[in-house]
Parts: sequence; C-alpha cells; structure tokens
Amino acid sequence: MLSFEPYEDPAYFGILLLGLLPIMIMMLYGHRSRIYENIISLFFLFLTFGGPSWHEGAALIVYMVYETCLTYFYLHYRKNNNKSWVFYLTVFLAALPLATVKISQQTTSNIPSLIGFMGISYLTFRVVQTIMETRDGVLKKINWVTFLEFVLFFPTISSGPIDRYRRFEKDYRSIPKRDDYLEMLSKGIHYIFLGFLYKFILAYFFGTYLLPQVEAAAMHARGGFLDISWPLIGVMYTYSMDLFFDFAGYSLFAVGTSYVMGIKTPMNFNRPWQSHNFKEFWNRWHMSLSFWFRDYIYMRLLYTFMKNKTFKSMTTAANVTYVLNMMIMGFWHGVTWYYVTYGLFHGFGLVINDTWLKYKKKHRESIPSNWFTKGFSILLTANLVCFSFLIFSGFLNTLWFK
Amino acid sequence: MDVKQTVLSILKDISGEDLSDQMDTNLYDTALMDSMSTVQMMLQLQQQLGIDVQISEFDRSQWDTPNKIIDKVKGLVK
Repeated sequence: MLSFEPYEDPAYFGILLLGLLPIMIMMLYGHRSRIYENIISLFFLFLTFGGPSWHEGAALIVYMVYETCLTYFYLHYRKNNNKSWVFYLTVFLAALPLATVKISQQTTSNIPSLIGFMGISYLTFRVVQTIMETRDGVLKKINWVTFLEFVLFFPTISSGPIDRYRRFEKDYRSIPKRDDYLEMLSKGIHYIFLGFLYKFILAYFFGTYLLPQVEAAAMHARGGFLDISWPLIGVMYTYSMDLFFDFAGYSLFAVGTSYVMGIKTPMNFNRPWQSHNFKEFWNRWHMSLSFWFRDYIYMRLLYTFMKNKTFKSMTTAANVTYVLNMMIMGFWHGVTWYYVTYGLFHGFGLVINDTWLKYKKKHRESIPSNWFTKGFSILLTANLVCFSFLIFSGFLNTLWFK
Repeated sequence: MDVKQTVLSILKDISGEDLSDQMDTNLYDTALMDSMSTVQMMLQLQQQLGIDVQISEFDRSQWDTPNKIIDKVKGLVK
C-alpha cells in the first residue's frame, strides 16, 4: 500500500503532476470541476492518511466531524446571540484536541497516537479563525462543503500556509482568466522548482549532511562554560539554514501546487534574512503563522486590554501583549522549556525592539542612519534570530541534560 | 468636524506626524503605523465617530494609506 508524506518523495511529485494535469487543462479552457478537484483531494488525503497511517486518518475524520459540528453550532448560536462566554468556550473546545495532543506529547501516554494526526495544528488554526470571524459578524454564512474543502485543502494540509476562509472561498468560486491563469501556472511551477533547490539540495546539505557532523563535534567538545564551543556555533548556523531551507522549500511546494489549482495561497517567507529588526523579521518569516497570531491573538488581546483599560499605559499593554502572544506561540510549538524560552526570547525581543523604535522616532536628528547602521542592524537581527533557533532546536537540551 | 479632518487628527495623535500632505503613503511600509497603533486607531474611531470596525474586517491592504482609511470610514459612518 502506497503511503506518502506530502512533498517528501519523488514519486509523490510524479503522482501530483498526473493528478494536476487535468486541472491545468480545464483551467486553461476556463473550467473548474469541483467534483474532479474533490476526488483528487480525497485521493491525496488517502495517500497521506491511508494505508499504514490509517489510524491518523481515523483521527482526522473524528476531528473533522467534531470541529464541523462545533463551528455549525456557533454559527447557528451567533445568529441571535452574542455572549462572550459562549464564544470563549467554543474557541476553547475547538483548540482542545490540539492542546491535549501538545500537552500529552511530553508524557508517556498514548493520547497523541490516538487522537493526533499530521497537520492538526494547521487545521485548528483554520477552524479557530472561522469561529472568530463568525463572532465578529463577518462570516454570516458558511458553505459546509467549502468549509471542508478549505480546512482539508490537500496542498497545505500538513504544515500550512494558513489561508483565510473568505479569501479561499473567493478563489475557489472563481475561474481565473486564461492570461491570469498562465501567469499563476508559471509562478506555481517556478515555486515548485525553487522548492526542489531549497528542500532537496540546500536543506539536504545543511540538515542531513552537515548538521549531524557539527552536532557530534559539539557533543565531543563539551566541558567548558555552559558547554560552549566553536562547533556549537556551527550547530547554531547550520540548524538555522536547515530550518529555513526545509520549511521555505515545503512552503514553496504548497504555494506552487495551490497556484496550479488556481488558489492564491498566501506566501510564508519574504526574504527574512534581510530584516532590520525583530518586528520586520516577523513580517517576513513564517508569515501566515505570524499574521495569524497578529490578527487573532495579538490585536484581539490588545484591543480587550485597551478597551477595559487593564493597564495604565498603552505601552505597557502593548508590551504585555507581545510577551503573551509569543509565549503562546512557544507553547503551541510544544510544551518544552526550549520552545517556551524561544517564545519568551522573541516576546521580550519585540518589547526591546519597540522601545528602541519609539526612542529613535523621538530623537531622529541625533541618531545616525546610513549604510553602516543598516548593515549592522541586519547582521545583528540575523544573528539574534539564529541564536533563537539554537534554543528552538532543542539541541541545548541534548547538550546539557543528556 | 468632517470625517477627513477627524481621521487625520486621530492619525496625527497616533503616529506623531501630520499626514495631510502624504495622503497616499503606505503607513505600514513606512512604519508610521503598526498593530498597536491600529488598535489605538480603531478605538479612537469608535469613540470619536461611533463606528464599529471589527478586527476581522480590518484587512491591512484596504487600510494602509490615509486616503484609504478616510474612504473606509466614510463608508462606515451613517
């Protein structure tokens, strides 16, 4: 029985091309066959969640029934009522399966293998935002078939990018003009080939070839202050490059495949290494995730804090929200000290960054701004980010405690 | 005071800059606005003009210049 993780295997790309070919031809002639698209989607879901992974498939089906019922209930409720506690309870219940999986991953229980499946995080993001937009009254009608097509859209099922229901629905309900589609098609193919370079050449070199060697050297060089050594610095940069090329490569496949299907799934990366500061970095790195956190956690929390005047100064409110937002992101990655520390590092980093930007705005005349300061800030940001990825990698856990 | 003046004065309070001569400047690209100032702006619009913008409705690409904000607000004031 064939079974594939998305975009991992050359054979997967072969099957993908065969499956997408009819869609390309139909699109060029101005047709969109939802029946065919759904058959292809189910087929690819089956490739990932069938066969030896059938238990994940079963968990996925139960999860989807549960989340769809929950969303349906809330949409129905929201038509005539709008109590805050019902909204919070619904969001809590929607996030509950994910939270259970994440928390129990750190224990020896078998819950993750029972209710977890690949992509549960990203499906939860899509469901929770749909519930939030329903509360805001922006979503008054949800087409249930489109909802399922949106949450289960196979090119982005395992790790995003995280699209928005209204945006997705608009693309899915329309057929691009031939010229527009040709442009999307060429972009899509370009993305997929760039993805090959990123994932199968660069990420392979850094992650599979180089990383184990520098890690072994760093383990060997233990003994100094905090076990710091030159090879450890090598681990920091090598891991960062691996993380970037692996995830950016995957994202290019997911976006490229979406474009071929006539869906403009949002991009995940926009040259993150040329950011001048942390704030800019989060507008360029894993964007669909950071924008999700910005729109559905940061802005909402801050809005509530400011409206209720929870904090005396607005700056305090913004800073507390930065730390909370990034800490939640850390916990989402997993309940371990290194993910949470990574979140806090970026949370406090953003606070310092924001304080500096405010100071700079006030004293604009006395602070120089030239090619040197700009180059320096890019270098500083990139190095701090790489350091945060070293925390994120969990390698320090191995280095110090194993 | 009309909508245009009110919006400009709110934006001046928040960004610290008079934007009446940069009506088509992208406020986010130039770092004049960020998520925090966006929330401030939403609360001010609510207080001063009584319009209710939900965060879900706040699509950045439609609110990123003074002119666009004024147009959006005009559409929401009844």
